[in-house]
Amino acid sequence: MNRPSSQPANATRVAPPLEGPRVYPARPSDVYLFGTCVLDVFFPSAGMDAIRLLEREGIRVHFPQAQSCCGQPAYTSGYTEEARAVARAQLALFAGEWPLVVPSGSCAGMFRHHYRELFRDEPETLALVEALAERTFELAEFLLEVCKVRLEDGGAPVKVALHTSCSARREMGTHLHGRALLAQLSGVERVDHDHESECCGFGGSFSVRMPDISGAMVRDKAAALKGSGAAEVVSADCGCLLNINGCLEKQGDALRGEHLASFLLRRTSAASRGGAK
Amino acid sequence: MSDVAHAPAQPIAFKRNAREALADPQLRRNFRGAMDFLMDKRRSQFPDGDELERLRAFGNRVRARALSKLPELLERLDARLSRNGVKVHWAETVDEANAIVHRIVEQHAAKKIIKGKSMVSEEMEMNHYLGDRGVDCLESDMGEFIVQLRAEKPAHIIMPAIHLNAGQVAQLFHDKLEVDYTEDVDRLIQIGRETLRRNFFEADIGVSGVNFAIAETGTLLLVENEGNGRMSTTVPPVHIAVTGIEKVVENLRDVIPLLSLLTRSATGQAITTYVNMISGPRKADELDGPQEVHLVLLDNGRSQAFADGELRQTLNCIRCGACMNHCPVYTRIGGHAYGTVYPGPIGKIVTPHMLGLDATRDLPTASSMCGACGEVCPVKIPIPSLLRRLREEAVRAPAAAPQHVRGQGAKYSRKETMVWKAWRTLNTSPALYRAALYAGTRLRALMPAHIGPWTDHRSAPKPAARTLHELAREHLGDQ
Repeated sequence: MNRPSSQPANATRVAPPLEGPRVYPARPSDVYLFGTCVLDVFFPSAGMDAIRLLEREGIRVHFPQAQSCCGQPAYTSGYTEEARAVARAQLALFAGEWPLVVPSGSCAGMFRHHYRELFRDEPETLALVEALAERTFELAEFLLEVCKVRLEDGGAPVKVALHTSCSARREMGTHLHGRALLAQLSGVERVDHDHESECCGFGGSFSVRMPDISGAMVRDKAAALKGSGAAEVVSADCGCLLNINGCLEKQGDALRGEHLASFLLRRTSAASRGGAK
Repeated sequence: MSDVAHAPAQPIAFKRNAREALADPQLRRNFRGAMDFLMDKRRSQFPDGDELERLRAFGNRVRARALSKLPELLERLDARLSRNGVKVHWAETVDEANAIVHRIVEQHAAKKIIKGKSMVSEEMEMNHYLGDRGVDCLESDMGEFIVQLRAEKPAHIIMPAIHLNAGQVAQLFHDKLEVDYTEDVDRLIQIGRETLRRNFFEADIGVSGVNFAIAETGTLLLVENEGNGRMSTTVPPVHIAVTGIEKVVENLRDVIPLLSLLTRSATGQAITTYVNMISGPRKADELDGPQEVHLVLLDNGRSQAFADGELRQTLNCIRCGACMNHCPVYTRIGGHAYGTVYPGPIGKIVTPHMLGLDATRDLPTASSMCGACGEVCPVKIPIPSLLRRLREEAVRAPAAAPQHVRGQGAKYSRKETMVWKAWRTLNTSPALYRAALYAGTRLRALMPAHIGPWTDHRSAPKPAARTLHELAREHLGDQ
């Protein structure tokens, strides 16, 4: 296949779904929000923006104050027991029937796929895990497929690059949901960037265990984003944002990535909006 | 598995190798360009995503079924090949495999061997072993021939010389083969072929690998594009095939989906130029083919992977190389940095069984767990899950039982274990967690500008003024 030279390389590889196509429920009255630890400390306003987006759709949001981390850092580092203990603590907090909305594909993937692995030898817990996996949604997917939002853009015309995290893309299958949300914004032109489907190099502990390789990856990602002609960068995962923004700042570049929730709320708060309520 | 105690091995200097590779702009350009090309080629072969997924699921089932009766299939393969007149040898270690090959060499007083492409022979370091014993081994695959001239190892399991561009090959041929310098790729290939052609007829023995060993018919199937595989296996009077024990499949029907997945995933070809099916030596009424055919079945750690239900999936691999073509780490550091015969994602999960987790301790951690490898694997090996499992084995307390992987516990550190225990306490004690985050955000001004390797390539992250826990509590109340 010959690619026209103007088109970015490897931009739109869509990962195959891990399971069959997902059936989405009707819009609920209440949801849980899992804030994620990275967002908690570094991007709390993105969490608040997610809450406001959901509230705007007429949904009551519950944020159990006892929540902490999903357990992924220990899990991917091979400290399975520690991950299981932390996962168990979270499980207890989301035992009701409301959907669990997570403003991160990575942590959502942990709830939806990896908790099954963690508790595979505990049949009783596994039943809870399966039930939670069924009602765990990444934020973009929830807004689009469950809330069926209709966004009305109130912002000035702008070119935007969307970075999708690997877990959003491959574990949650939400690569195209972020695109569809941006496409609803009339003033937003989404531009592809070079090797868009490639990892930004974060990978949690990978970024400190293999700093040279991770650094090379994030520098390439920053260069691709800068080269895309986008004035703004959006992602629905704060791990990637922490990594990409850190690199852009180190390079003295003014470009910064913003969480999708913050971007969507900002673009639509001036105009009237809201789906079929 | 060997009863011999595993002597602790020196770890491969992966991080140093990676650093050197990253500093080589030519190498980075060569790999990026080549991997982009291969990704596009593969994609063009699978325009229908649903069909691809059905085929991958099919391929996975075929491999899983073959592995579920691996011992039985190997016995059947041995019996059938023997009936076909092929001599079958079993080797637990690379030393045993080399000794077997050397015995055959001595029986024929062979001085010269021509080789088709074989990664198992690389595993054995056969060229080196036989070279030390006065036997000349010449690689006949163009890529292998090039890396052999450079005294290098293959940089990729399918395209051994993918790390080089035409200019580098031109210079190599000019220096080593004493031909005029030319960057014309067709001419370079012609030069290589002329050199190789003579050797096919002078060789006493031909050596090849095997893509699929078919138990039902006793057939060794070999795919290739240059015809060198067919020459190596038919022209010399003796043919020795070497392969890993996992390459056996039940019957010819099983080969069809696997073959289709292999060539399309590897080089983006619907089928290779040559598909060789070897079922025995020359028969009395036949005019060509070798008079003697041998198969060496090598274990080399594979039965360790086989013994564990999860790690067994490693052996699904049909060696297409798609995982490395799509790997952002491999693309940046190339194949040599891994310091192993099998580089890239598959190398990270298969090599610990061959060399032990102590020698390969850095390999499972050299992944951002992005999942690109698992996404494209034609037989659906869950490579990221297996990497995670190997990480778990690597940090397990050394005395812990049972022993799943040789060299387990190689990355165990009391200090790191304590850190994770503290992390667990923090994240299972809500009040403590909130207090810690409260302190972290209030002391944000004290955040150091340099925090370990993170800030080599990034500025230090700055905590927000207040946590989401606080903001949400204000907005939603205490829930």
